[in-house]
Amino acid sequence: MIVRQIAFWVLAGLSAISALFVVLTRNVVHAALGLAAALVAAAGLFILFGAEFVGLAQILIYVGAVVILFLFGIMLTSTAPGRPVVDNQQKGMAFLVAVGVFVVLAIGIVAAYGRRPLRLEVAFATSGLGNALFTRWILPFEAVSVLLLAALVGAIVLARKD
Amino acid sequence: MPVAAPLLLSALMFAAGVYGVLVRRHGVMLLMSVELMINAANINLITFSQLLRDPVGNIVVLFILAVTAAEVGIGIAIVMMLYRQRSTVAVDDLQLMKW
Repeated sequence: MIVRQIAFWVLAGLSAISALFVVLTRNVVHAALGLAAALVAAAGLFILFGAEFVGLAQILIYVGAVVILFLFGIMLTSTAPGRPVVDNQQKGMAFLVAVGVFVVLAIGIVAAYGRRPLRLEVAFATSGLGNALFTRWILPFEAVSVLLLAALVGAIVLARKD
Repeated sequence: MPVAAPLLLSALMFAAGVYGVLVRRHGVMLLMSVELMINAANINLITFSQLLRDPVGNIVVLFILAVTAAEVGIGIAIVMMLYRQRSTVAVDDLQLMKW
């Protein structure tokens, strides 16, 4: 049990630091790599919380596909020499808004759950998830597959030269 | 560990995403901040899935992963369109529909 506690705090710290790094760094490629680190740490948390299939799917889809797509997007749109485009002039106000969002959420969370413990007892079997996906959740599942097809066609139409 | 710990991590990640969306000018970095906010929602769903011993949270996260992949594909295509037509990736140069 103590091992799980240590693993949780390590993964949570890594995830939080990487997430802050993504929005604070001035280098686009570093931000993409920080996002990869944050998402891998979150996948570790998912596996720790018994969601093994979701954690592995997160690594495959996010780190394997989404971050690579970001890196391709960065490479293909390298900006011309001159002033780099990173941040706009509303940093102070944005910082206030972000801190406000965090404080409101934190007050709500602490008021609702306080010191209630989370016991890591249930591991969700992949077979159970598969059964649920193909019985009760079959309609959303098919809708998502149509959505992915539409996104594929849309991306090709947007990105082709004509 | 207390339930509040992963929820607070999620709140921190969401706030970081909000800050990024408000501050970033680079189109790809804006999309990265949106990813952070979506991931915060996923952490919440997985935590409550464990707390309530209910696999529905896991299934919803799977759907979110698929929708996110579609969203990023379209988003990157739009940023590349923008770069090809305007030679810039700064989203606040997009004033075409502003009266």
